[in-house]
Order: sequence, then C-alpha cells, then structure tokens
Amino acid sequence: MHTASINSVEEGREVVFHVRSVSKSYQTGDVLIMALRSVELDLNAGEFVVFLGPSGSGKSTLLNILGGLDSPTSGDVRFRDHWLSEADDAGLTRFRREHVGFVFQFYNLIPSLTALENVALVTEIAENPMDPQEALRRVGLTERQNHFPSQLSGGEQQRVAIARAIAKNPDILLCDEPTGALDFPTAKLVLDVLARINEELHTLVAVITHNTAIGAMADRVIRLRSGEIVEVTRNARKARPEELVW
Amino acid sequence: MRGRRDRRNLCGEFMTTLYRKLLRELVHMRGQATAIALVIACGVASFVAMRSMYRSLLRSQAEYYTQYRFADVFCELKRAPNGAADRVREIAGVAQVEPRVVMDVTMDVPGLKEPAVGRLISIAPKQTRGLNTLFLRRGRYVLPESDNEVIASEAFAKANQLEPGSQIHAVINGRWQKLTIVGIALSPEYIYEIRGGSSVFPDNKRFGVLWMSADALESALNMKGAFNSIVVSLQPHTNEADVIAQMDRILDRYGSLGAYGRSDQISHRFISDEIAQNRISATVIPAIFLVVAALLVHLSFSRLVDMQRSEIAVIKAFGYSNWQVGIHYVQFSLLVAAAGYILGCAVGFYFGIRLASLYAEFYRFPILIYRPELRTFLWAGLITAVTAVAGAAVAVRRAVSLPPAEAMRPEAPAQFRSRIVDRLNVKWISPALRMMLRNLERRPWRALASAFAICCSIMMVVVEFGMLDSLDRVMELQFRDVQREDITVTLNEAHSAQARFDLAHLTGVIRSEPFRAVPVRLRYQHRWRKTTLLGLERDSELRLIVDQNGNRIPIPPNGILISSTLANLLHVAPGQRLSVELLEGRRTVHELLLTGTVDDVLGTSAYMNLYALNRLMEEDHSVSGALLQVDPDKEKKLYLQLKRLPAVAAVSVKNAVVTSFKETIDRSMNLSIGTLMVFAIVIAMGMIYNGARIALSERARELATLRVLGFSRHEITFILLGEQALITLAALPFGFVAGYALCAVLAARLQTELFRMPLVVRPASYAWAFLIVLFAAVASGILVSRRIARLDMVSVLKARE
Ligand SMILES: Nc1ncnc2c1ncn2[C@@H]1O[C@H](COP(=O)(O)OP(=O)(O)OP(=O)(O)O)[C@@H](O)[C@H]1O
Ligand SMILES: [Mg+2]
Repeated sequence: MHTASINSVEEGREVVFHVRSVSKSYQTGDVLIMALRSVELDLNAGEFVVFLGPSGSGKSTLLNILGGLDSPTSGDVRFRDHWLSEADDAGLTRFRREHVGFVFQFYNLIPSLTALENVALVTEIAENPMDPQEALRRVGLTERQNHFPSQLSGGEQQRVAIARAIAKNPDILLCDEPTGALDFPTAKLVLDVLARINEELHTLVAVITHNTAIGAMADRVIRLRSGEIVEVTRNARKARPEELVW
Repeated sequence: MRGRRDRRNLCGEFMTTLYRKLLRELVHMRGQATAIALVIACGVASFVAMRSMYRSLLRSQAEYYTQYRFADVFCELKRAPNGAADRVREIAGVAQVEPRVVMDVTMDVPGLKEPAVGRLISIAPKQTRGLNTLFLRRGRYVLPESDNEVIASEAFAKANQLEPGSQIHAVINGRWQKLTIVGIALSPEYIYEIRGGSSVFPDNKRFGVLWMSADALESALNMKGAFNSIVVSLQPHTNEADVIAQMDRILDRYGSLGAYGRSDQISHRFISDEIAQNRISATVIPAIFLVVAALLVHLSFSRLVDMQRSEIAVIKAFGYSNWQVGIHYVQFSLLVAAAGYILGCAVGFYFGIRLASLYAEFYRFPILIYRPELRTFLWAGLITAVTAVAGAAVAVRRAVSLPPAEAMRPEAPAQFRSRIVDRLNVKWISPALRMMLRNLERRPWRALASAFAICCSIMMVVVEFGMLDSLDRVMELQFRDVQREDITVTLNEAHSAQARFDLAHLTGVIRSEPFRAVPVRLRYQHRWRKTTLLGLERDSELRLIVDQNGNRIPIPPNGILISSTLANLLHVAPGQRLSVELLEGRRTVHELLLTGTVDDVLGTSAYMNLYALNRLMEEDHSVSGALLQVDPDKEKKLYLQLKRLPAVAAVSVKNAVVTSFKETIDRSMNLSIGTLMVFAIVIAMGMIYNGARIALSERARELATLRVLGFSRHEITFILLGEQALITLAALPFGFVAGYALCAVLAARLQTELFRMPLVVRPASYAWAFLIVLFAAVASGILVSRRIARLDMVSVLKARE
C-alpha cells in the first residue's frame, strides 16, 4: 500500500500547491464533524489529479479550500506566494480571480447570459484571458455561442462551464464531479475537453469523481476516507478519455 | 372510532407543525415581513390618524357651535332702528335674534409699527345666553358701565403679546381713544379671524376682534337705539333661504348688504373647507400605501411559493386539501398584515390625538372631542385584511393549483430569449448590465410593480412640494403682479375728492391712486353673487388687472370686468349684460356690459372705471380709499400719521400681509411635509428593499457562482442592486409626470371662490423627490448588501436548486 506521505517533486515540475496539516471541522450543535484531518498534499504545475472517495470523505471540502472558497480550521495552504490559509475575503477573491477556474456538477451558468457572454463575464475581469470565442472553440461550441443555458443540453452546458473556467488562462482548473449529471458519451466529451486543456495549456487540473474509471486519465489518483488521504496512485500512462469504459 | 380519533390527532399535530413552519418562515423572512408590515402600518396609521382627526374636528366644531350658540344667519347693514330687529324676530322659524353694532377702526398696537385694524363688536352687558357666546380664556368680562374696556380675541392678543391690562389706542368715530384689554376670549364666529373683503387670509397681528360693552360702543358711534349688524339663530328644520329672503325684505331699506347663512360666513367657510380637505387626504394617502402593500405581499409571496414548491407537494401528498394549503399561505399573509395593523392602529391613534390637538390649537377650539371610533378601527382592519388577502391571492392560487407530482420537480430553469436588449445590439453593454436588463425583461410585471410603488413615492413628494410652489405662485401673482401698492388705505365712508388730495400729500407718499369700493349684488338670469365692485382710474399703475399670462387688461370706460370664477358661477360670458345691484347709497340697479374676465387667484372681484362708478352712484368724484406707493425711508412717519387719522377705517400693509400669509402656510405645511417625506421613504424603501431581497433569494446561486468566478462583493452587489437602480431610474420620469398630474387634479379640485391654485411645479420640487428616493434606494442598498456579504458560496453550490 502506498502511503499518504509527502508526494515528491517529479520530473523537475514545480510544486505549486503546498497543503500542510490542514484540518477542517464543522461544529453542528454538540457534534464536531471533522471533514478533513491533517491533510498533507503537494500538487505540481500542469498535473492532472483525480480525487476519489466515498461520499462525505471530504473531497469537496479539500477542493473548496484549494480553490479559495473556504478556509481551513487549522494548517497552512500555500499556492506559490499566496498564503491562502491566512488570506482574508479580498485576498481569496483576488486569488480566485487570477488563478482558479471552477467547474461544478450542476454547471452553474448564469441563465440570463448567452454561452458567449457567460465566458466573456470572466474574461472581462481576468488579467491575461483568451478570446471568449477561442475558449468556446476549444470545447467545440462555436456554433452555440449565442444560445442561452436553457437552450443547451446538460453536456453542452457543462462544456460552456469549462470554457468559462479556462477562458482566463487559469493556473488551476478545479472540477467537482463535472460528469456527475451526464450520461456516458457526454461525460466522455467533457473529459476529453479537460484532458486537452491539461495537455495544451499545461493547466493543473483536479477532478473529483465517484467514477473510479476516470482515475485512469490522471497523473495521480488521490483517495480520501473520513477526511484523510489514504492512498496516492501514480499512473505510468495517462489513458485517453475515449479509451475509458464504465 | 379509535381510528378516526387517531387521524384527527395526527391532523391536529400536523396543523401545529404547519403553524410551526409558518412561524419559522416568518422569522426567516423577517426583513421582508418587516418591510411589508411597515408599509401596511403606514397605511393603517395614516388612515386611522387622518380619519380620527377628521371625525374629531367635525365633532369638535359641531359641539363648539352648539355650546356657544353660533348663529345661523348674518346680516350687515348701514343703520337700522331696534324696531327692525323685532320684525326679524317675528319671522317664522327664527329662534333668537341679536342686533349689534360692529365697526372696523384703525388701531395703534404697542410694539407694532404699522397701524392695525380692530373690529369692535358690541356685546350684552352680562354674559348671557346670547348668540356667538364668548369663551373667556383669561381675564374678566367687560363691566357694563365702563367705556374703554374691551375683550380681545385670543389670536390677535397672542400675536401681539397682549395680556389683560394691556392698552391699545384706536380712532373711534374720529376720536383718539385708549382701550384697556380686560379679557382674552374666543368666539365661534371668528375661529379664523379674517377681515373679509379683499383680505382673505388671517393676519392675526394686524387684524383683531375686540368686544366692547354695547352701551359704550353705541354711544361712541352714535348708534343708540340702532344696530348695523344682526345675527339670527334658527329653529330646527327651518328653511334658511326663506328666512334670508324675508330678512332682506325687512332690512334692505336700512342699507343691508344682504343676509347670508353659515355657508357664506367667512370663518365657517374657511374652516369647513379645510376640514373637508382632510377627508381627501384621509382617503388618498392610505389608499396609496395599501396598494403598495398589496404589491409587496404579492411579490414576496410569489417568491415564497416558488421556493416551497416541493414542500407544498409534500403537504398535498399527505392528503391535505387545496383549501388547507391555501389557508396556510393566506394566514401567513394575514399574520404579517396583523402586525402592521396593530402597529398602525397604535401609531395612528397617537398621531390622531396629536394632529387633532394641533389643529384644535391652530383653530383655537375651546373644545376638543377626541374619541377614537371603533368604526374607524374596524374599517382599517377590514381594509388591511382585504389588502393582505388580495396581495397573496395570486401566489396562493399558484400554490393551490400545483399538482403534487409537478411540485416535486424543481422549477424549470429560467427561460431567457434574446429580445429587446439584444435587438439593441450595442457592443458597449457589459455582461453585468445585460444580466440586469434581461432579468427585468423576463419579469416585466414585477419590474412594473416595483416601478409603480417608486412612482407613488415620487408622486407624493412632488405633489407636496408642488403645492408649495403653487402657493408661492399665488403670492407672486397677487402681491407682485396685481397688487403693486405698498399700502391700501380704506376710509370710514366715501369721501369727496378732497380726501384723495389729502392722502396724496401725506409724508412719504410717492404715488396715490384713489379707488371706490361699493358692495354689489351681481345677477345674471336666476344666479347671483355678492362681491365688491372696485372703481379704479383708467391709468391705474398700482392695481394691475392682468390675465392668465400676465398681460394687462385695460379697464373699460363703461362696462364691467369680473373674475373668471365669478363669471363661471354666474354662467355669464363677456359680451353679455349683467345686472348690478348697488348695496350702498340709493341702491339702484344697473344693466352693465361685461367686457372681459380677469384670471385672479384670491377672492372674487369686479372692476370698473372709477368715474363710471361715481356716475352710477350718482355722486361727485367720491373715493373709498387709496392705494399708496410709499418711500420706504419715510414709512414709519406715515404709519404714525395714519394711526391717528379720523377718516381712516383700515390700513393694509402689503408686505405685512405677505409675511403673515407665508407664516400661516409654513405652520400648516411643515408637519404635513415631514409626514409625507417619511411616508415616501417608507414606500420607496419597502419596495426597493423587498425587490432586492427577492432577487437575492432567487439568484443566490447565480451570485455565489459569480463570487466563485472571482467577482468581488462590490461587483455582485452592483449587479443585484443595479437592477433596482434601473427600476428606480425608469420610475423617476413617470413619478414626475404622475406628481404633476396629481397637482393638476388637486389644483382643479381646490378651486374655491376664495382661492385658486395655479398649476406650478418647480424643478426644485422634482429634485427633492429625486433626492428622497435616492436616499431610500441607498439605505435599502446598504441593508441588502449586508446580506450579500453573508452569502455562503460553498453551501449554495452544493445543492441543486
Ligand atoms: N457546512 C457544513 N456543516 C456541517 N458539516 C459539513 C458541512 N459541509 C460539509 N460537512 C461535512 O463534512 C464532511 C465532508 O463533506 P464533503 O462535502 O467534503 O464530502 P464529499 O467527499 O464531497 O462528499 P460527496 O461525495 O457526497 O460530495 C461530511 O461529513 C459533511 O457532512
Ligand atoms: Mg462533494
């Protein structure tokens, strides 16, 4: 069994995320719930990571902390020179704005904006964005750019969400069950987009999923249970999305 | 048996659970519920306060009149022997008759630089059960044998800081006389102390009523055994018009100016008009509030039902009837309304007393009956309940008609299609602005409802300030354009041209223009009106007769000009002949050509050429007084002279009149402006705050997503509040127009014989409305932005809608 010890720097890739003894607890009435217990983790630039684990194991909590949506109860989180665990709201907002792209299970597109405008929304506040059209081209939705979310299928909506996430040229792309609401062929399409972003733009991609098969696409698969990292597997070869079966 | 009881128990428990749900949701929605309750409270409070005040004033007035035996019919005349009064007493239906002597004199009041006008009225030697009984506030009654004791009216005494023991001087029948004030009193006949004639506003500093022992006054005026004024009370169910006609027949030959009833008595008329105006506002203002409240309930409850689709489905799946579900939401709405109602009743009750006593003090009622009527509260309750139910109706119907299975599914995602916003196809519209516009476009009715409420709020402010603007314009028209003299001097009786010469040569007089004023009865077919016919010189510069646009209308050499109000009342048009009955001198009747009408704003008047009027009166260049233009440096000296001139009956100083007019307006307007501003702010805030809260609740997910994408709090606050700002901006012009329109309606409604309102709304009034709404918007924005700060990104993203 592999241990959850510090993951070494590999092939000269820069370590961008440093997670040190991060715990997160929720006090609900008399009960103290430990969502994360002393998590230690390093993530490298340009890496493709998949988080696996049973429901309630703390995957989303960890991802939210990495993305600057939430702060740990104790421990340190550093992204390059951003000390996320110490940052205030404005600091976290700046971090998200400059470095992070999010993709959610339920897409969370803005219903009152078209596909293109949903993407433009982000490029307007980003420092070094790509052209919104270019982002949509990368997810294969150039034709649908003037449609509203309610006129798009689930998979299409998710691809718009990915386009929106990558349009700012983020360093990190965080995806919480991006295929959870999609059927098999559509899910593959979306995963293909993620893989290509990772390859072509060298974006650090972290994906949460319940689907073990997706793990084959990753550089590393990280398993959580009860708020702890219990296993880290490194794949010798990343599988192409079209090779996946489930 | 047992099964049924169990079911009932379950049912009962479920209902208490429903109630618990209701209470918990109420706590959750407390911000919105408070806003709704406050708007309802304002509506109820304004209704209760204004209605109670209105009822209270009506009752106090009636009670005052009864207890102090306010007369029913009045008549002024030149001089009649006491025997004539006996004949009036014999008219069927007449209860009590009181002949008396009334005379206006010039007074010198300590501390007052201008001469004042005193109205001396004779009273019975003892405080008997006579008509128009005095209510003695302070001091004592006059002694019958005294010849210089007077009781002063309270308003006059207060304005001039006169106390029992104070002394004033007056020119009575050509003699300079010292008068000692022994008492301060109120009379139902002079609730408003207005001199009448051309002055239609109270000027308590320079006009006062003084009651003097009948013996003393009669001998001072050489009126022993005679009277020049008579007041009459009627038995119940007597036809007033008959009595008036008979009195005219008896008194005409004694120089009667015509008997008239209470409706033409100036003080009664004024006060009744004002009380009646309260009735209009007691309807309009609560109505605005309750309509806005209904809209607020509608918006909030529609959102509530949307959010609770699945809960409604569960309740229905358990077997609860549509009726029970409907009742649940109606109860919710009623509960919020009840809170507003209770608060409104309490505040309304309190302000009702405050307002009533304020008005009673203003009118100087010795009696104030404030008995809140159960009826008022019941009405308020009924109206509130109707508002609450009507507001919730649409939302409740939607909840009720929701099929259980349908409700279990989340609401379909919001549908957006490219429409107007996109057709504009403007590149510079940022995505944020696009979001706002499309959201507004998607729910046009909601946007309209919000805009309507804001419109109402703006309208209230515009109307309030617009009324002030109109009053300012009235003063401008009357005292700048029309009355250009500094002083009007009225003589005791018509004097020869010599008097005119004398007046022109008083110290400090730059220009003097004589006038002749004759009381007349104007008649056209069966309609008639009494007024004063003013004879002016052809080239008069100090009294300009102007039309609506300020253009001068020349005085015709022979015909007559009358106020357009008067022409409308008589149904006569220029070019027609009017019958003019002179009520002075030989009382001849003449047919005169109406050559034109005058658009004046105060009172009603009739003008003709001075010499033509002299010819009608068969007199030689007589004058009743003069308009004077005065050198301001020599003003003081002139006043001193005028105070002692025996021939002078009254002196009216224009600037003093203007000042007192302004004071009167300020006093009555300050309170209502303050109140209406608060009302306007409550309405605007209630709507903007609620609108933003509903939008926040609907779009929490969207806004949280934006936060995740890296938008700062300020940016999403801007997106959320921007929508409300757009609605507010869009409502502004409509509010302005509505305010202007309501001003026009009010100006038309408030046209009376005494007073006409020109329609004027100055830019500053719109600016005030804008500022107040801006304040409300910013305050609501601050309240809502606190909520946005608490928006939890993680939890919002976790679940599906
Ligand atoms: N706001 C909260 N308050 C209390 N407990 C919470 C809160 N958020 C998460 N938790 C708890 O923290 C633990 C981890 O939750 P988390 O959402 O990270 O799980 P997860 O691995 O993402 O599960 P899933 O696969 O179901 O999404 C769970 O036990 C959850 O109940
Ligand atoms: Mg999760």
